[in-house]
Amino acid sequence: MAAMSLLSTRGLSRNFGGLKAVSDVDFDLPAGEVCALIGPNGAGKTTFVGMLSGRIAASAGQVFFDGREVTNLPAHQRIRAGMAYTFQITSVFARLPVIENLSLALGWRISDEEARLAAAQDALRRVGIADRSDQLAGDLSYGHQRLLEIAMGLCQQPKLLILDEPTQGLADSEIADFIQLIRGLAGEMTILLIEHNIRLVMQTADVITVLNGGAVLASGTPDEIQANEAVQAAYLGTG
Amino acid sequence: MTVRQKSWALHIGLLAALFLLQFILPTYHHGSLARVMVLACYAMGYNILFGYVGLLSLGHALFFATGMYGMGLVIQHLGWPAGPALLAGLAAGFGMALTVGILALRTSGVAFMIVTLMFAQAGYLAALYFGDYTRGDEGFVIQQADRVLAGFDLSDPTNRYFAALLLFGMCLVLTLKLVEARFGQVLVAIRENEERTRMLGYDVHRHKLAAVVASGTTAAFAGAAYGLLFGYAGATFASVQYSIFPLLWVLLGGAGTVIGPFIGTLFMFYLIDLSSGITSAYMLIAGVVLVLLTLFAPQGLAGELRRRRVPWLP
Amino acid sequence: MELGPYLILGFLEGLVTAAVLSLMAVGLSLVFGVMRVVNVAHGEFFMIGAVLAWQIASMIGGHPALGFLAALIFAPLLVAVLAMAADQLVLKRIAYDPERTIVATIGLLYIIQQTVLMTYGPDARPVEAPFNERLSIPFVEWADGGLALYWPWGLGTTSYKLAVIGAAIILLAAIWALMTRTRFGLLMRATQLDRETAQAFAIPVNRVYALVFGLGAGLAALGGVLIVPIQQAHYLMGHDPLLLSFIVVIIGGLGSLPGTVVAALLIGVSDGIISVFFTPTLAKIIATLGVAFVLIFRPQGLFGKRAL
Repeated sequence: MAAMSLLSTRGLSRNFGGLKAVSDVDFDLPAGEVCALIGPNGAGKTTFVGMLSGRIAASAGQVFFDGREVTNLPAHQRIRAGMAYTFQITSVFARLPVIENLSLALGWRISDEEARLAAAQDALRRVGIADRSDQLAGDLSYGHQRLLEIAMGLCQQPKLLILDEPTQGLADSEIADFIQLIRGLAGEMTILLIEHNIRLVMQTADVITVLNGGAVLASGTPDEIQANEAVQAAYLGTG
Repeated sequence: MTVRQKSWALHIGLLAALFLLQFILPTYHHGSLARVMVLACYAMGYNILFGYVGLLSLGHALFFATGMYGMGLVIQHLGWPAGPALLAGLAAGFGMALTVGILALRTSGVAFMIVTLMFAQAGYLAALYFGDYTRGDEGFVIQQADRVLAGFDLSDPTNRYFAALLLFGMCLVLTLKLVEARFGQVLVAIRENEERTRMLGYDVHRHKLAAVVASGTTAAFAGAAYGLLFGYAGATFASVQYSIFPLLWVLLGGAGTVIGPFIGTLFMFYLIDLSSGITSAYMLIAGVVLVLLTLFAPQGLAGELRRRRVPWLP
Repeated sequence: MELGPYLILGFLEGLVTAAVLSLMAVGLSLVFGVMRVVNVAHGEFFMIGAVLAWQIASMIGGHPALGFLAALIFAPLLVAVLAMAADQLVLKRIAYDPERTIVATIGLLYIIQQTVLMTYGPDARPVEAPFNERLSIPFVEWADGGLALYWPWGLGTTSYKLAVIGAAIILLAAIWALMTRTRFGLLMRATQLDRETAQAFAIPVNRVYALVFGLGAGLAALGGVLIVPIQQAHYLMGHDPLLLSFIVVIIGGLGSLPGTVVAALLIGVSDGIISVFFTPTLAKIIATLGVAFVLIFRPQGLFGKRAL
């Protein structure tokens, strides 16, 4: 590949007792691209992403980010190194105002309070909820909470933005807005998208990796993946 | 007035009121209020961990007593003067808080509560076991001659009140600054959503440890001061009761507020004082209040006030 | 007495402790296993059992066995009812939130303890055992070129203490049968495994909770009734057994009945034996720190599958 790998793994594995959740995965995420990670339920996506973000320890293998090995680096330090992560089930500070949520996301990055507020408002504007900055985060609709979380990721100006099933629970119109947002971000940062919504993935991703049974089943452009028979079999259970 | 100005005005106002009160109060209440102020420092220390980080310790008496004995034992057995003794209590408390923090933070939730309870119990039993030095439950009196700090005889009620007020003022101001600072806001974030805070790049464990140390050291300093100001050290202050008290005071006054611990301590102190005149079973009041609070007003007095009327209350 | 007999005595006394402790610990473990809450007032249920036993026994005159039998039946029942009331009035209202429950049960502890102080008073009062034959126990010694039995003075137990051990075994077997063979036991285990699914299957979870809480308290009270002829009834007597029960449940592993029983045996007997060598205070310090370190370094205990 011509593009540099921002994030890669070599032989990454995770066992839970006797269960091999992730087996020996070699993965490369090119910088500046939108990469989608898909796979049927139980394929090991959550565990794999957990090891990338540092929330789950690896049983074996290595993780590299931005030119250095981060396998043993705790999660919060990977965030500081330039990763941003949004949770599968929206996780914001429900009892704090929206603006305070963002202020926390920027806390150790920007020490000047005014600059922080400006960056926060900027991020809110980008995702489209600037008018809600004083509302309590828990009072927002689910879709807006999702956007808030993405804003919290964006305002960190990360090198890599990991979005874990970001459109789960969103209405169709909200999904359409989301696709626009991702397209707008592409090129500015590398995005790793974990998704179930295949249509969305085909529309936004530059490269797709398919996981099944804890191992990589296929990797390629949307067209290549769509034509791949093994992928079809895994999803539809034929062959 | 900005929010910050209002909040400082309120707290400085409280200190001023307490300063003036000493001139009008009759002797008994004068002494009581001095006690309340020192105990409120204990409560404020507890509040850092319970109200702001959301960690419920059932063993804070360990820290209070460590400070008290750290101070008391060096005076009694090594003949140290008051000033260095106070610092000894503070240092002992710091060491204990750091040790307990490193060990206990490996657990969370209910396990954390039990671990802290166990450590405190062990501490209490140790105070009894080494009764040769500590005089166990009976305790020992710290002589008037030893309670002179910087030329002031602390057994004199006026000096004592001033010292208590000074300590209280320090703790109040420090807590207020902590809450306004980034550190305090991160503590609240950890309480609200620990995993999210971690995934925003904050070292959650280090923050929690710092909070345990700050909380325990404050409690220890309050313990050392209490022993010095009121001239007595005893194992009762290491017992389970003295671990439940700050929980009770903070819950009643309002966990996670700056002024709540003082209100709770004042209220409960007088409530128990009054009921112990009626029956020896005065802890019944404590039990009833605890149950009522958990059922109906988990926010406590200041917390409810903040929720309903005064949203800017820190 | 020499070391050998001393150890045997410690062992026997330890068995009695273990017997009563296992009942208490099983009660605590059941409540935690099914309801996921820690009841800090558990020791007070034990204490009320003992105090009620005294009350009932003194109301019923005549042969001590009569009063004791009445106490054995009614005290646990009364305590169970009290516990169920506490569950419905307080615990249910706070939705069994683990931390709020601990605070609420601390309050309950003081309410129960101090009420007993106000009514029963600060004195310790004895209850006569229904039967109390002294039984001397032999030990071996070298004599005349072989082993011979002799009866060391001071080495013995009583028929009542043996009966307590027997009673505990029967009761534990009964609990085991309840849990594995009855419908209620099935409901308890289902609720323990997955509360939401149990509800979806129309299991009356709230009622199961109330009954389990009552059962746990009843077991503690039963322990109190059994111990009171050996140890007098006093308003503070719940404190040490509570600590010991905690130790047993945590070391044995929560949600594991066999683990709890084994741990109770271990703790009870070692308590007996350690008391031979160390002062009670030092023994308690070791035990207390033991619990803390088990929780810190091996939270699932020795046998348990789930951590706190």
